[in-house]
Amino acid sequence: MARLYWTQVAAVAVLLTACGGDGSNPVQYGPDPELPEPESGLLPAMNIADPAEWGDQRPAVPEGYSVTPIATDLKVPRQTLVLPNGDILVAEGKGGGAPALTPKGYIAGFIQAKGTTDVKGGDRLTLLRDADGDGTYEGRAVFAENLNAPYGLALVGNRLYVANQDALVRFDYQLGQIRASGPPVEVTKLPSEINHHWTKALTASPDGRYLYVGIGSNSNAGERGISIEEERAVVWQVDAETGAHKTFATGLRNPTALAVAPGLGQLWAVVNERDELGPNLVPDYLTSVRRGAFYGWPYSYWGNNVDPRVRPQKPEKVAAAVRPDYSLGSHVAPLGLAFSSGAMGPRFADGAFVGMHGSWNRNVPSGYKVVFVPFRGGRPAAKPIDFVTGFMGEDGKTRGRPVGVTVDPRGALIVADDLSNTIWRVTPVQRAAPRPGPTEAATR
Amino acid sequence: MTEAIDTRRTTALHPVQAVLLASTFPLFLGALLNDWAYSSTYEIQWTNFASWLVAGGLVFVGLALVWALIDLFRSDVRRNRSSWLHFGLLLATFVVGFLNLLVHAKDAWAAMPEGFILSAMTVLLSLAAIWTGFSTWREGR
Repeated sequence: MARLYWTQVAAVAVLLTACGGDGSNPVQYGPDPELPEPESGLLPAMNIADPAEWGDQRPAVPEGYSVTPIATDLKVPRQTLVLPNGDILVAEGKGGGAPALTPKGYIAGFIQAKGTTDVKGGDRLTLLRDADGDGTYEGRAVFAENLNAPYGLALVGNRLYVANQDALVRFDYQLGQIRASGPPVEVTKLPSEINHHWTKALTASPDGRYLYVGIGSNSNAGERGISIEEERAVVWQVDAETGAHKTFATGLRNPTALAVAPGLGQLWAVVNERDELGPNLVPDYLTSVRRGAFYGWPYSYWGNNVDPRVRPQKPEKVAAAVRPDYSLGSHVAPLGLAFSSGAMGPRFADGAFVGMHGSWNRNVPSGYKVVFVPFRGGRPAAKPIDFVTGFMGEDGKTRGRPVGVTVDPRGALIVADDLSNTIWRVTPVQRAAPRPGPTEAATR
Repeated sequence: MTEAIDTRRTTALHPVQAVLLASTFPLFLGALLNDWAYSSTYEIQWTNFASWLVAGGLVFVGLALVWALIDLFRSDVRRNRSSWLHFGLLLATFVVGFLNLLVHAKDAWAAMPEGFILSAMTVLLSLAAIWTGFSTWREGR
C-alpha cells in the first residue's frame, strides 16, 4: 500500500504540473531583473531532464567555432583545470547523500535522480593530454583516486589544490606529471555535515596566498533548520600556507563556481538561488564577491525581498543584504565560471563563460547551455550570448548537462558534461584549418 | 421488522477494520499537535514529524476507506444510511489528508498556516468517521 501510495503521488504530481503554465517570461538577465510575486502551488513544478545518447548529434556552437568531445566515459566529470603544459585535469565525483527528512524528500530525490547519469562518481582526477597539439587528447591517465567527491581545482605554483566535499587537500605537482606522487595532504577540513549542497568550489587569489572555497547551503530555504546552516552558504578565504580560514562573504545560497577576474583581480562567483517560489523566482546570479558582504540567503533574495518561508525572520539581516551584480535567469543552475581571453576570438574575448546545468523546478526548462556574459571595464555589460547549446534537443530529450567551464589560454573552452560523462572542447576554427576531422565539422 | 427475518451475518466491525479506523485519530491528532509546536517554536523538527504523521494517518485512513468501500458492496454486511455516511467521511478524511500532505511538503513556514488548518480538519473528520463506523456496531445490537 505504501508503495502504491508513492506512485499515486508521482502520478498526481505529473498531472498537476502538466496543467500549470509558466505564463509570462519576464526579462531576467542583467543587474535589475524583473521579480514577480512569489508563487506557491500545491506541488512544485517539475520538469526533469529526459536523458538520451548523443549519437551523431553534437552541441551547437557559434559560426566560426567547432566542438569536439575530447574524453568520454568519464565518471561524473564536474570541473576541469588546464595545467600550464596544456594537460587537462578533470574532477569526477558525486557527493551529497543528505538523508531525506520528510516524505517529500524521498519523492523529490527519486524524481530528480531520473535527470542525472546512472554512473557512479569516480572520486578521482583524470588527466587528459594532447601531446602533439592536434586537438585530439590521445593521452589519458588517472592522476589521483580515492578522493571524496572532488570538485573545485586550483594550481598555485607547484601545488595542486583539490576541494573534496569534506576537505581541502593538496598534491605536489611537477610540470608534465601524469600521476600524483602520493596521497594528498589535508589543508583544512570543510563543513560537510549533511552536505545537502555538497560541491566545494575553489579558486586561488592572484598572488596565490589565499584560496577561496564556495560552500553551499544545507537546504533550499532553511527547511532543515537554521542551526545546520552554520558556516554554510558562504565563501571561505583559506590561507594556503596554514589552512586557517576566514568567512569572506555570507548569504550566497550555493556558490558553485568561483573565479578571479583578469585585470582587477576581483573574486567572482556564480550562485544557485532558491527553488519553489515560482518559475521566475529566484534568479541565479553572477556576482563579484565583496569581502564581508551578506547576500541574503535564507532571509531574503535579490537584496531585501523577504523569503516568507523562513522563520524566525531577521529584518536586520534583510536590511543588510547586498544585491548581486548580474542575474542569469531563474533556475538555470550555473555550475561553471571562467573568464575569457583574447585567444577565444574577438567576440568572446572580454567576459565570462557560464555553464548552466539546467532547471528542474520549471515547466518550461531553462539553462542547459553555456553562455558568454560580455564585460566592459571589469563589469558585466550586455545580455548573455549563447555559446554552446543543443544539450536539450528540440525532441525534448536531454543529451548533456554542462557543469564546469575552463578557458584554455591557447584558445579553447573546456566544458564538462556530467550527463553524458563527456568533456567537450570548443575552439575558434583556424583560418587555415589543419585537419578538420569528421566531428569538427559538426557545427550547427 | 424482526431479527428473525434478517439473515445477514453481522453488523460488527471486523477487529482489523476497527484498528485501522481507530489508528487514524491519534496520528492526525499528533500531526496537529506537532504543527502547533512548530508554529510556536519555529523548530523545524516538529514540522518534519507532522509530515510523517500525516503520511501515516493517510495509510490507515486509506486502508479503512478500501475496507468500507468493499463493505458497501458485500451482501452479507448490513447497510444503512450511516454506512454511506461513514464511507463519505472516510473519503473526505483521505482527500483533506492528502491535500495536507502536499501542503506539508512545502519548505519550512510555507506550509503554514494552511497545514495547521488542514490538520485540524483531518482530526475532526477522522473522529467523525470513527464515530459513524463504530456506531453501526452499537445500533446493530
